[in-house]
Amino acid sequence: MTATLSRATFTGLRCKECGHDYAAGALHVCEDVCFGPLEVVYDYEAIRNRVSRATIEAGPASIWRYRDFLPIEGDPIDVGTGFTPLLKADNLARRLGLKSLYIKNDGVNMPTLSFKDRVVSVALTRARELGFKTVSCASTGNLANSTAAIAAHAGLECCVFIPSDLELGKVLGTLIYNPTLMAVKGNYDQVNRLCSEVANTYGWGFVNINLRPYYSEGSKTLGYEVIEQLGWELPDHIVAPLASGSLFTKIRKGFDEFIKCGLVEEKAVRFSGAQAEGCNPIATAFREGRDFITPVKPNTIAKSIAIGNPADGPYAIDIANRTGGNIADVSDAEIVDGIKLLAETEGVFTETAGGTTIAVLKKLVEQGKINPEERTVAYITGNGLKTTEAVVDAIGKPYTIEAQLDSFNTAWQQALAKQAAG
Amino acid sequence: MAVQVLIPTPLQKSTNNEASVELEAGSINELIEALNGRYPGIQERLCDESGTLRRFLNIYVNGEDIRFKDNQTTSLKDGDEVSIVLAVAGG
Repeated sequence: MTATLSRATFTGLRCKECGHDYAAGALHVCEDVCFGPLEVVYDYEAIRNRVSRATIEAGPASIWRYRDFLPIEGDPIDVGTGFTPLLKADNLARRLGLKSLYIKNDGVNMPTLSFKDRVVSVALTRARELGFKTVSCASTGNLANSTAAIAAHAGLECCVFIPSDLELGKVLGTLIYNPTLMAVKGNYDQVNRLCSEVANTYGWGFVNINLRPYYSEGSKTLGYEVIEQLGWELPDHIVAPLASGSLFTKIRKGFDEFIKCGLVEEKAVRFSGAQAEGCNPIATAFREGRDFITPVKPNTIAKSIAIGNPADGPYAIDIANRTGGNIADVSDAEIVDGIKLLAETEGVFTETAGGTTIAVLKKLVEQGKINPEERTVAYITGNGLKTTEAVVDAIGKPYTIEAQLDSFNTAWQQALAKQAAG
Repeated sequence: MAVQVLIPTPLQKSTNNEASVELEAGSINELIEALNGRYPGIQERLCDESGTLRRFLNIYVNGEDIRFKDNQTTSLKDGDEVSIVLAVAGG
């Protein structure tokens, strides 16, 4: 018998497609059989015996209050990630014609203002446990920010890869942590291909490649938190952005695990997904009733969700179909309007992915695909200050005035006239 | 037509740990057959029973996904680089 001090509740990895089992190492695909994605296997009996609403409520105000549901063995890297606000969005609800709308605002997640801090906190904790000294990722921007920041905190070497055409805020928000940054001339899918080849040869911990089974589990906390913040109840409908489709499937897994462990009463939750027209492979497949994805070449301002070859797309379609949800896409102009609408009604400045989510929320309400009575949660996954380029031409300008009352009076009259003109 | 094929780590068990293989092939289908000639059994790893590539595998010719070309009938020319890449999570 082996004694262990580990608090681990997970036992290994298993292929989501064929069920083949693997040890809990740095491995993301079913290499012995079908190359399907691997998922962490938990001992839910052990979790049920250990966890209650009271033990969770007594935990830290971060994702680590749910640590028994996360694939780590020892102490977590806790940089205050998670437990972001769930805002009751009454103004936006009224504007859209909904009765009960909430915004889960991961635009103020810590430390780098996107939901990626959740997945990276888990991935780097596990990377350290598996003995990696250098961590890396292929990123559309937010993941690079988060990996660089949390690696700095954890004292890990860091080399990250992004497409070379990213928004300045996302580039700067990575470089400030002083990692090695590779800006690859190509789109995200090409960056990914390169990183797969680098991961093969350099022996680094790539959070979204060889650490993917651990990384993706971090997104489940977006499901747990919403349940807890709704007073230990499930919502009726959620709307979330779709890039690779991983977040969507893991919110669902989070809901299912809390049901399975007796923490929340079971009920049906509809899952709807949001894409940009300029990168809509999942929305197109959903519309055409397909369960396979035809990749596209992205061309949209919503760069953070511009993944043309989404690995978890088929699973996202399956969830939308099985829960009576929808997957829809919106134009870049609608995305900008979505960003402005959320800011003007609720005081939340989101980036393009959030604009996509709000625009799709609006579209689904208008099409009668969200019932006004449903308690609906829209997931806002990133912060607008990182992508100011997207809205700079679509917002007002300041009135530049002299430091004199006359000058103010004149400008104020102009402002009133403009307001009156609507 | 000599082409260079980059083999991902999880598949290298089937190629005697070779990360890069040079083969003669005029199309992706021919390339799969040629790989199977050299490493018997690898075809079953790459394709399902109907001979279609498994959906979690992506193949690129000179950096271009074959689904933007002619899929498995995509033709190959001398000096082409073919990478086999496993699906990756997002970004």
